[in-house]
Amino acid sequence: MGTINNDAAIAIPTFPTNEMLPTAADGGNTEALGRNLARVIYGDLKNNGLFRPVGPDALPGIAFGEVTAPAFPNWRARSAEMLVQGFVKAGADGRLTVGCYLYDVALGSELARQGYVVKPEEWRRAAHKCADMVYSRLSGESPFFDSKIAYIAETGPKDHRRKQLAIMDSDGANHRFITNGQATALTPRYSPDYSKIAYLSFLNGTPRIYVYDIGSGQQRLVTEGKGPTFAPRWSPDGKSILYSMAIAGNTDIYRVPATGGESVKLTDSPGIDVGGSYSPDGSKIVFESDRSGSQQIYVMNADGTNQKRISFFGGRSATPEWSPRGDQIAFTHIAGNLRIAVMNPSGGEMRYLTDSWQDEAPTWSPNGRIVQFFRTAKTTGKTSIWQVDLTGRNERRLNTPVDASDPAWGPVLP
Amino acid sequence: MTRKIITSKVLTGLLLTSGLALAGCATKPKELPPQPTGATTTTTTTPPPVSQPMGPVPGSQADFMASVLGDTILFDTDRYNIDSEDQGILQSQAQWLARYPGKRVTIEGHCDERGTRDYNLALGERRANAAKNYLVSLGIDASRITTVSYGKERPVALGSDEASWAKNRRAVTITVQ
Repeated sequence: MGTINNDAAIAIPTFPTNEMLPTAADGGNTEALGRNLARVIYGDLKNNGLFRPVGPDALPGIAFGEVTAPAFPNWRARSAEMLVQGFVKAGADGRLTVGCYLYDVALGSELARQGYVVKPEEWRRAAHKCADMVYSRLSGESPFFDSKIAYIAETGPKDHRRKQLAIMDSDGANHRFITNGQATALTPRYSPDYSKIAYLSFLNGTPRIYVYDIGSGQQRLVTEGKGPTFAPRWSPDGKSILYSMAIAGNTDIYRVPATGGESVKLTDSPGIDVGGSYSPDGSKIVFESDRSGSQQIYVMNADGTNQKRISFFGGRSATPEWSPRGDQIAFTHIAGNLRIAVMNPSGGEMRYLTDSWQDEAPTWSPNGRIVQFFRTAKTTGKTSIWQVDLTGRNERRLNTPVDASDPAWGPVLP
Repeated sequence: MTRKIITSKVLTGLLLTSGLALAGCATKPKELPPQPTGATTTTTTTPPPVSQPMGPVPGSQADFMASVLGDTILFDTDRYNIDSEDQGILQSQAQWLARYPGKRVTIEGHCDERGTRDYNLALGERRANAAKNYLVSLGIDASRITTVSYGKERPVALGSDEASWAKNRRAVTITVQ
């Protein structure tokens, strides 16, 4: 029974049920599921710098009738400012109905409500949707919890690392391996509609990008071009894929239709031009090049014209990724250690978000408020996925079953 | 079939004794029916070791390792230039390749762990190609050399220190057997 001392505190008691019924969702019955729903919402809302949630394990339960008629005086006594209540019901067909209500305790009024009907195996999505409603209503930002992450699962010693393509929910749940690890897999990227993943594999000995269709389990090469291909990136509309290809040691960036076809070469410098990330409107691409002598960040028009360097910070700047909001570019800054940083699209207002031995490969949450990256431990080479908010103050490690790298977020699910 | 192989060996002038010894294989078919696929392999990989009874099989990876100054050249951070030490090593590799014109090699390009993944794949490719280009400049046919970059994915030295990183920034020549 915790007392809430923070004035930004959000209380999230267990979601009661109208009738305890068995369900295939976690918990086995709707009563236990109600606690799990509140736990998932609590997990989503903590550690992002905006809220101080208190979860169901530290709060008294509520009656089903209280969901729509909160006992505000009791919550005021606990110094809760916001209150998230909800319920869960099991239908005759096994489907679950989850209600989600957000209340302002001080005002004693309702701020928002939503209801979701989900299959039992999708119960976590109802919790993520509820957390998204709370997050959006209180922060004014777009939601992002109901989304997925593709990444590389790593096992084994440093000199024989097994690297498998894997996917999971944004909070690490519903984990699934896509490849068996016999060929090293790297750098996955979800298509904007979640139907495909573009990633690099050493299948057949050389690094090539494959486009894997999640529904059919089939994959194909992104291009029949001769050289090794790497660093795949989708256009915001999902119609094109950027890739980098080395020909006789010289790497350039190409664009190819996502369905296959003719590639267009976008860069043509004698240096290494690699990566690439579209601005949200699709009009520009930020990429990395060492044409000046070291890795630096450049912006060009989507057709390859007007290439301009934007990073002038000393050291090296790599792996730029344009925020889905368009206002920031996240990248890896290398000056001894590798650190995650952001800058505006003109190269100004550079700020570090992390300060560790080796952090790299930032990608954005769908709402552009959280940057995800991977951290490598010195000597052991062990890797883990981390998330940090744009203040850089709120860092959290994502739970993964094994070591993890190369995280890439997909969009919020419809 | 056998005749062609012998002729090519004779033309190279390098495996003359082995080549002649192979002519003696004509006695073998009396014991066993000919094996079309195995015949070539037999003639090229197991000539009787006349001159070097204890040495590695000529043309083998072991022979390559015993013959060259090294299979690995090293690079400075972010660099891919071939320095004089690298040139000595690659020249010894070129001599071996000239001795065995039927042999092909793969050059693997590698980087240390202190760089980003995509760039290191590109840099490893550039290092492997730098080594390849030098071998080609010494007269080795480019079609005999393939390259592959492993970026920072396959370190040989496992520490996180300058000495380990220096060993991992490398291009390694491996014979295709």
